[in-house]
Amino acid sequence: MADFLFEIGLEEVPARMIASAQAELATRVETLLSRERLLEEGSLVTSYSTPRRLAVLVTGVRTQQPDAVEEMLGPSLKVAYKDGEPTPAAAAFAKKAGVSLSDLKTVTNAKGEYLGATVTRPGKAAAEVIAAELPKEIAAIYWAKNMYWRAGKPERFVRPVKWMIALLGETLVPVEFAGVSAGNTTRGHRILFGADAITIARPSDYLAALGKAFVLADVAARRQKIRKALDAVTRTVSGACWREDLELVETVTHLTEWPYVVLGSFETGYLELPEEVLVTVMRDHQKYFAVEDAGGKLAAHFLTVLNIEPDAEGLEIIRTGNERVLSARFNDARFFWEFDQKTTLVNRMENLKHVTFQKDLGSYFAKAERVRKVAAELARLCEERKTDADAAALDQAATIAKTDLTCELVKEFTELQGIVGGLYARAQGLSETVALAVYDQYLPASMEDAVPRTVEGLLLSISDKADTIGGMFGLGLEPTGSKDPFGLRRAANGIVKMLAEAKLPLLLSEIAGLGSEHSATATKVEQFFTERVEFYLKDVKGYAYDVVKAVQAAGADDVPDAVARAQAVTEVRGSEDFAAISAAFKRMKNILTQAREKGENAAWTPDFLIEPAERTLAEESGRLAAWVEGQRREKQYVEALQTIATLRPHVDAFFDKVMVMAPEERLRAARLGLLNRVLQDFSRIADFSEIVTAG
Amino acid sequence: MPFVANGKEALTFQELLFRLQSFWAERGCVLQQPYDVEVGAGTMSPDTFLRVLGPKPVRIAYAQPSRRPADGRYGENPNRLYKHTQFQVILKPPPADVQEVYLDSLRAIGIDLKKHDLKFEEDNWEWPVGGAWGVGWQMMLDGQEITQFTYFQQCGGLDLEPMCGEITYGLERIAQFLQGVDSIYDIVWAIEPDTGKQTTYGEIRLYEEEQYSTYSFDYADVNKLWEHLNAYEAECLALLDAAKGMPELESLKAQRRFPVLGAYELALKCSHVFNLLDARGAISVTERVGVMARIRTLVVGVAKAYAQQQELTVPAEALPA
Repeated sequence: MADFLFEIGLEEVPARMIASAQAELATRVETLLSRERLLEEGSLVTSYSTPRRLAVLVTGVRTQQPDAVEEMLGPSLKVAYKDGEPTPAAAAFAKKAGVSLSDLKTVTNAKGEYLGATVTRPGKAAAEVIAAELPKEIAAIYWAKNMYWRAGKPERFVRPVKWMIALLGETLVPVEFAGVSAGNTTRGHRILFGADAITIARPSDYLAALGKAFVLADVAARRQKIRKALDAVTRTVSGACWREDLELVETVTHLTEWPYVVLGSFETGYLELPEEVLVTVMRDHQKYFAVEDAGGKLAAHFLTVLNIEPDAEGLEIIRTGNERVLSARFNDARFFWEFDQKTTLVNRMENLKHVTFQKDLGSYFAKAERVRKVAAELARLCEERKTDADAAALDQAATIAKTDLTCELVKEFTELQGIVGGLYARAQGLSETVALAVYDQYLPASMEDAVPRTVEGLLLSISDKADTIGGMFGLGLEPTGSKDPFGLRRAANGIVKMLAEAKLPLLLSEIAGLGSEHSATATKVEQFFTERVEFYLKDVKGYAYDVVKAVQAAGADDVPDAVARAQAVTEVRGSEDFAAISAAFKRMKNILTQAREKGENAAWTPDFLIEPAERTLAEESGRLAAWVEGQRREKQYVEALQTIATLRPHVDAFFDKVMVMAPEERLRAARLGLLNRVLQDFSRIADFSEIVTAG
Repeated sequence: MPFVANGKEALTFQELLFRLQSFWAERGCVLQQPYDVEVGAGTMSPDTFLRVLGPKPVRIAYAQPSRRPADGRYGENPNRLYKHTQFQVILKPPPADVQEVYLDSLRAIGIDLKKHDLKFEEDNWEWPVGGAWGVGWQMMLDGQEITQFTYFQQCGGLDLEPMCGEITYGLERIAQFLQGVDSIYDIVWAIEPDTGKQTTYGEIRLYEEEQYSTYSFDYADVNKLWEHLNAYEAECLALLDAAKGMPELESLKAQRRFPVLGAYELALKCSHVFNLLDARGAISVTERVGVMARIRTLVVGVAKAYAQQQELTVPAEALPA
């Protein structure tokens, strides 16, 4: 038993790809070893990475596969022996099994007597197995973007492979990949250690040897070191703290082998620029952390994570260099901000006529006109349903929403579209309602993102997205398979999320209708929305597949209502009565479907029912239906479902005592009619027959 | 001799160029002169764009003035230029230790890497008009991008075999960085050895920035530019059409003389005129896509014609085994 170490050295791997590749390599190595019977019970798999390497260390690896004993079944005895003598068939089997004729035995099974052999296959050396199998696993690692580098393009990989280590204990495993033979040497930090090879004598030495060469290969330790350094360095500014940014912490963790943190400063004058602009420059363009003062306001400092530990002189050079770069960027931003103010957003409307939204859908000016109409109608519906919306402010917001696309600041920082419009609207004296709606118009950008903060912002975002979806569908540009070039799924997901979370009194069919020019398009968009509701309930809210199906079967045009029903069904589905009712409803549905196929009639004629059990079911279900309907209208879904579950004894008694398909036609029709009525009355919250029940 | 700028020794702008040239010449690069047709980047010079095609190994380096009319700021912005200077190195195929050689080139221009923060950050380069792309890094030195390092994978829509390494240094940025000056125009370009008198980047180049910006933003005649574009395009298309007959030309000599390079210059002219129109604000978003597609047809057409000409005319014995 030994430890196994594998490291693949690469030219700098893109930071965004490292974490998943590291995990995938670890899984692949573990699966390989386990499949090849090389893993001992209790063995441990640990993985490491830096921009220049991926590594995996496994403890408890067998150096030799155990021998495998296999029972082989041969021809039947009748065929294998003739007159007590082995036939050519017996000889062929013995040859195949690799044993002599005398080692063959008789196996008796249900079909009769057969020739058998016990074959022992000797295990191979682990090194041999790993050398043969590991290259395939490495080659199969997924990379978002690959390259080739060798003549003849024998493989594509994220970046050129520079070295590999494959050690089983102290023994070298002859793994070959991309023209590189594995050895027992690695490399340290490019600058702090240099290009010399570092010999790793045994797998357990790996981390410590790299540590001496200024490489912190344990990702969690590196992340921790960065966070601690960010804390420590920020403490040098009284009352300050760095702004948490988990994504940025991950990025800089995967950009460094030996991290170090430096604090820099900028002129306080730049703080007059909006925080959004400053933070975007720092975070997105420079990968700097922003610093806040004790009051949570942005301070004139930043933190940068280095991939080197410099001396005092180097530290000053690096600090000054970064400060100069940031200052130049802020200066640009200030120039754009001031330049943009020369033309107000309102006066930019005309310019939008020259900015194409989509060639067949016209300019952004034309889009703004359409969005205004949709927004006005949605605002009217909201008012009608007792949700206040400032229609005038919404109309102004919809009018100027896209004008920031003509601003220099947005051309420079495209990720700030909308936000810049909102900031400019505020700076130009438009109302806060208008500014916030414009600011939030692209929200939610993802399912994790927040929705717009105001009703006007929500309605603007919904109108804009509905117009885009309706327009694209009208041109036949709907998403297909994995292709969604216009981000329509994301837009529709956003609409569903906004309706659900802001509990807006708007129906998806209304939104689809307003966003589409023709009713045929609206129907397609509605269908598309239905799929997005399913995605939202299942993948975002985590409701079970059958619950979602049951709820959607009862309609999901009203999204917040569908969510409430899914929640209620989820709460009661565990109860025994409810499970029984679900099973019974499924049975009713099957009976009705089969009857319909045979051309049977179902008629609501309770007077023709004769058995006490069926008359009781008719009465009780009628009584409960009225009650359930009242609870449903009050949206007391859990209570309604519990009420439905009380029907169980009557349903059970019905199926116990009554044969639905009675010989007499009129009675048959009446019984089918009863089942039909029960299903209809109680499937308005969810179609319980979709609920999967045990057994 | 480096001079002292802001308390530290630094190279002048021209010394920076000398050092890079001699560094790469010592590593086997042929030093080419800048290409004399307007280009937006060193990649568009035929010494890169066409030479990367085909199997013949290439090592070449050159400075390339690169014009980007929309980036002009009348000389008023300390960090943006209508015309900047790239130093371009093409290594086909790249040596296995190309990253280390690149780091040595930084040392050669006076950067002590132990006293700076250097990161290889993913940056994949793409020139859709040229059907060209590659993967690589932007080299970040103390937060400043100083080099684009690319493994060129495709050009003119054709896979490159062998693959090609491309290193593009932004000379103004590096000089600004080395000399510690806040404005490009304050970069010391040269020092008179006998008097110590300094000549700045502004003295040499400011008037160009002022005048080219004014031309491309305010004076360029939009109708005339469209006429130029159409005329260059028509001639280029005619040549590309004629290029289809290259295999049937009567002699190897006639094939060698077929002016694919002429067609390429016409395509580059189109690209530059397009950039001027763009800076002038004369191209709507809708038109932009259409014109870019037209230029792509020319550039990709030239790349294919060039590859074909190489196949027809370069004898097999001139190629590596």
